[in-house]
Amino acid sequence: MAAGRPDPDALLRAAAQEGRGRLKIFLGAAPGVGKTFEMLSEGLARRRDGVDVVVGVVETHGRAETEALTRGHEIVPRRAVAYEGRTLFEMDLDAVLARAPRLVLVDELAHTNAPGSRHAKRHGDVEELLAAGIDVYSTLNIQHVESLNDVVAGFTRVRVRETVPDGILEAAEIEVVDIPPDELIERLKAGKVYLPQEATRALDHFFSRSNLSALRELALRRAAQAVDARMLEDVRALGLGGTWAGGERIVVAIGELPGADALVRAAKRVADGLHGPWTALFVETPRAAAFTDAQHRRVAATMTLAAQLGGAVATVPAPSVVEGIRHFLADARATQLVLGKSRRSRWFEWRHGSVVDRLVRDSPGVTVHVLSLAADAPAGPSSAAKRGGSWGSRTGYVVATALVAAVTAVASGLFHVLDLGNVALLYLLPVMAAASLFGLRTGLFAGIASSLAYNFFFLPPTGTLTVSDPENLVSIVVLLGVAVATSQLTARVRAQADLAARGARTNATLAGFLRRIAGVNDAREAAQMICDDICRLLDVQVLLLRPGGDADVGGGPTILAASDPDYRLGPVDVAAARWALDTGGPAGRGSGTLAASEWLFQPLAAGGRVLGVLGVASDRAGAPVRADQLPLLSSLIDQSTLVIERLRLEAEMRDVDAVRTRDRLRAALLSSVSHDLRTPLTAVIAASAQLHQGASPELIATIETEAARLNRFVDNLLDMARVEAGALRLAVEPVDLSDAVAGAAQDARRALEGHAVLLDVPPDLPLVRADPRLLHHCLLNLLDNAGRHGERAGEIVIEGRNRFGEIRLSILDRGPGLPPGREEEVFETFRRLQGSDRASGGTGLGLAIVKAFAAAMDMGVAAANRADGGGAAFTLVFPSPLVVRDPVPEALD
Amino acid sequence: MAIVLVVDDDAAIRRLLRNTLVRADHAVVEAADGRDALARGAADHPDAVLLDLGLPDRDGLGLIPLLRAGGAAVLVVSARDATEEKVAALDLGADDYVTKPFDTDELLARLRAALRHRRPAAAAAQVAARGDLSIDLDRRLVRRGGEEVHLTRKEYDVLALLARQVGRVVMHKQIIAAAWADDDEARIEYLRIVVRNLRQKLEAPGPIGSVIANELGVGYRLLAAR
Repeated sequence: MAAGRPDPDALLRAAAQEGRGRLKIFLGAAPGVGKTFEMLSEGLARRRDGVDVVVGVVETHGRAETEALTRGHEIVPRRAVAYEGRTLFEMDLDAVLARAPRLVLVDELAHTNAPGSRHAKRHGDVEELLAAGIDVYSTLNIQHVESLNDVVAGFTRVRVRETVPDGILEAAEIEVVDIPPDELIERLKAGKVYLPQEATRALDHFFSRSNLSALRELALRRAAQAVDARMLEDVRALGLGGTWAGGERIVVAIGELPGADALVRAAKRVADGLHGPWTALFVETPRAAAFTDAQHRRVAATMTLAAQLGGAVATVPAPSVVEGIRHFLADARATQLVLGKSRRSRWFEWRHGSVVDRLVRDSPGVTVHVLSLAADAPAGPSSAAKRGGSWGSRTGYVVATALVAAVTAVASGLFHVLDLGNVALLYLLPVMAAASLFGLRTGLFAGIASSLAYNFFFLPPTGTLTVSDPENLVSIVVLLGVAVATSQLTARVRAQADLAARGARTNATLAGFLRRIAGVNDAREAAQMICDDICRLLDVQVLLLRPGGDADVGGGPTILAASDPDYRLGPVDVAAARWALDTGGPAGRGSGTLAASEWLFQPLAAGGRVLGVLGVASDRAGAPVRADQLPLLSSLIDQSTLVIERLRLEAEMRDVDAVRTRDRLRAALLSSVSHDLRTPLTAVIAASAQLHQGASPELIATIETEAARLNRFVDNLLDMARVEAGALRLAVEPVDLSDAVAGAAQDARRALEGHAVLLDVPPDLPLVRADPRLLHHCLLNLLDNAGRHGERAGEIVIEGRNRFGEIRLSILDRGPGLPPGREEEVFETFRRLQGSDRASGGTGLGLAIVKAFAAAMDMGVAAANRADGGGAAFTLVFPSPLVVRDPVPEALD
Repeated sequence: MAIVLVVDDDAAIRRLLRNTLVRADHAVVEAADGRDALARGAADHPDAVLLDLGLPDRDGLGLIPLLRAGGAAVLVVSARDATEEKVAALDLGADDYVTKPFDTDELLARLRAALRHRRPAAAAAQVAARGDLSIDLDRRLVRRGGEEVHLTRKEYDVLALLARQVGRVVMHKQIIAAAWADDDEARIEYLRIVVRNLRQKLEAPGPIGSVIANELGVGYRLLAAR
C-alpha cells in the first residue's frame, strides 16, 4: 500500500471501536501479584472522579485489604446457578447490562462459566458488555493467554485449561501489575496468596524464582507487544506510512496429529513478532480420505483455533504433504514456514523421508521453524485406519484363486511347447490382475498361490512342494515382488485419481454456485438461491437472516430465505442468531456461545459490518456440518457475503443516483419555472394594459399566443411532476395513430402556424396499444418542438410506417437540425441544445416528458438528423408487442 | 333563451361565463359553492348547469346526480383533466365535460348540444345534418353531397348512435354496448377500426376528425353544424 493513504480496514476497525466500551486488562505474571487489588483501587479512583462504577464480580479470596476495597464499591449481586448438586455464583450479566454503568469491574477474565450460562467463558460476557458500550476492567494471568499457553506449560509443567483468545488482548489496554519475584515469594510464604487446591501440588516448582522471572518477562513483553500493535494500527489508520517489517508472510502447516494447536500458537507468536500475516495450511493428501471422524474434528478444531487467533486458513489438495506445502509457499510468497516434527519411528522416516528435510531442501529462501511435537501421539489412528480398510474383499480371493487355477490349467495344456521359465511368466498374469484389481493383500495371496501351484505342478520334482533347483527359488521371489510392486503402483494411481476428482468436485461445486449466483440481481432471489444451494451441497437445512429494521424498536433478525419452508426456530435459536448478528461471531450448536441452539449461525460480514447470518442445522449428532466440509462451507459463506454485499452496494448506488438526479431536477425546475412562467405572463399583462387604449388584433393575438404558451408550460410541469412523483397511471387501450396524430395537430395548430403540415399516416396502419392522453402529450410536445425549431415556412412531415411488425411514427422538420453526435441529449430535462431556445421560447421540459411518457408506455423514442439532411427527425417506436393485430372482419360488419 | 346556473367558487370565472352566456342570449344564475348551487337549482329551475368540481364545501361530482334530478343538463367545467375524472362525471349523468382553460365558442357549442338533447322534440330529429352530410335515421340512409354512402351494419349503428346525440360525447363503453350488444368479447379495437372506416367514407380530404371528434380515452362526438 502506498504510504500516505489511510488503510481502509484500519479505519473501519477504528470506527467499529467507537460506541463500544473499552477494555482494560490488569495483566499479572502469576497469582498473588495484586491484580485484583490494583483493579479495585483504580476503580475507586475513577469513582471519585465521578464515573459510574460497579463491581460485576470480584474474588477477594478472603483477603482483608482486598475486601476493604470492595466496600467502597457498588456490587451487582451474583447469580446463583445450581449445577450437579452444588451452587455456583456467576456474574449476573443481564443485571449488569440492565444497571448500565459507565464502568464495570470483572475479575478473572479467563474464568469458565457454569454450564448453561449464555457464554461458555467469562470473556464472552465481557465482550457483550463492551458491545453494549460499557467499559470493563478485568484481570488476567499471563499463562491464560491463548498463544502463550504452551510456552508457559513448557517451563512450569502446569497447564491451564482456561485460556483467553489473543484478539481480546490486542483490542485492550494492558496494565502490567508487577512485583519482583522475591517479593512475591515472600507474600506466598506469608500466606497472602490464594491458590486453588489442585495447584498446590505443583506449587513448589511453579513459584520458583526462575519461573517467576520468566513469567514476568512474558507479561512485560506481551504488554509491550500490545502497545506496539495498537501503535501500528494507529499509524495505518492515519496513513503515516509506518516502518513495520514488511513482506513477512508466515505459513504454518498443520496435520491431523495431536499437538497441531501448539504449532498454531507458535505460528501466531512468530507472526506477532514479525507483524506479518499468517496462514494455517492443511494439505489434504490421499491419506485424508481414510481419516477417522476424530481426526477430521481435530483438523477442524485446529483451523478454528487459527482463525480465532487471527490467522487465515487454507486447505489444499495435493498428492503429498511436501508437494502441497511447497506449492502453497510459492503461491502465497511465504517467507516463514512453521512445521511440527512428529516423533515417528525411524523405519517410517527411512521409508518416507523426513518431510522437514525435503521441505528445507526444496524451499530456498524460506525460513523454516521446526517444533518438536509431543510424543503422546496415540499410535492408533493411522494404523487403525489401515487395518480397517485393506484386508480386501472375499470376491478378490475367489477371483485370484480362479485365475491361478485357470493359468495352471492353460500351462499344463501347453507344457509340451513351453519351457519352465515361460510357465513362470504366465503366472505373472494372475498376480498382476489380482494386485491391480484388489490391492496388496489379494496380490500377495495370488503371488503365494501362484508360486505354490508353479512349484507343485511344474517344478521338478512335480507333485511335491519341494524345490530342487535353487534357481527356481528366484521365480517364486519374483512373483511375490511383482505382486507388491503392482499393488502399490495401482493404489497410488487410484489415490491420486480420487484426490483429483475430489478437488475437481469441490471446485466445480464452488464454480457452479458462483455462476448461478452471479446472474442474480434481486436480493431475495439471491438469498433463496444461497439457501437452496448450500442445502443441496452440504445436506443441511439452511436459513438466511438479515438484521431487523430498527434496533431501537426491538427489531430482531428477519428471515430472508430458508431451504425448507417448515423450519423451526425456538427462542434459543433466535437468541443465537441475534448474537451472531450483533457480535459478528458464530453462535449456536458447535460454537462457544448458546450451544443449546439447534442451529449453528455464522455471520456474513463484509467491510466491518454484519450483513446477515447463515444458519445451518441437521439431524446428525454433533456439529451440523461434517468437519471435512467446513472449508467448503466457509468458502460458500464468503462467496455469499460477496454477492449480498454487491447487491447491497448496487441498491445503495441506485438510491444515491436517484437522489442526485432529483436534486438536479429540482434546481433546474426552479430556475425554469421562474423564467418560463414569468415571460409569457409579462407579455399578457403588458398587452392587456395596452388594451385600455383600444384593442388591436395584434395585441389580442399576443395575449392568445402567450396564454397558450403558458398553458402548455403548466401542462408540462404537471406532467413532469407526475413522472417525478411516480404517479403516472396508465390507461392503455388500442389507439388509431391517424386519429391521434390528427388530434395532436389540431391542438398544436397555434405552434404550427406558418408551417405546412403534411400528415403521411397510411389509413391501414395497425392500431397500437398506448395511453391516449400520454401519447397525445408526446405528440403535442414533438409538434411544438418541430414548430419552434423548424425554419419558418418549412414543412413538417408526420410519417407513420410499419417496419417488420413494429410501427415507427416520425416527425420531421426543416431547419438546422441537431448538433451531430449529441442528438440523444435533447431528451434530458431542461436541455436546450444550440443555445437558441430561449429566444424561441422552449421550456426544455417537453422532450424530457416525451421520453418519460414513451418509456412508461414501453415505447422507444429516438432523435436524429434527417437522412436527407437539413432538419431533425424525432421518431416514436412502437415495438411489435404494442402493435394490435387486426380484428376479425366479421366483428366489423 | 335558456336559464343557465353557473357554479364556480372563482368570481372572475363566474363573471367571464356570465358575459359569454348573456351575449348568447341566455339568462344566468350564479352560485359560489355546493349548498348555494342546490338552493338555486331548486328555486330557479335552470335548464343547464355549468358545474366546477373543485368547490369549497364539497366535491362537485356529488352534485351531478342531485342537479340532474332537477331536470337540468349538467356540463362539468373543471381544471381536472384526468380521464378517470371525466368518465366518472359522465357515468354520474353529466351531459358533457369541458376542461379549463376552455375556448368560449367550444363551450357554447357543447351547451347548445346539451340543451338540444334535453328537449324531447329535438332529440327525436329524424335527420341529422352537418355540412354536406345528411343522416336519415328513419330510412337508415346516409348521404354525402347528395350521393348515397354505403355503410356496413356496424358502421351505420355507430354513426346513428352518435347522430342521435349530435354534439355530445358518447362514451366508448356506451357505443360498444349498443353496437355489439350480442358480442361479449367486443373490444375497443373494433370500435377504432369502424370509426376509422367511417371517417374515410364521410370526411372530406383534409384534417381528420372534422366530422367525428375523438375525446381522448373517453369517447367520440359527432360534431354539430356551426
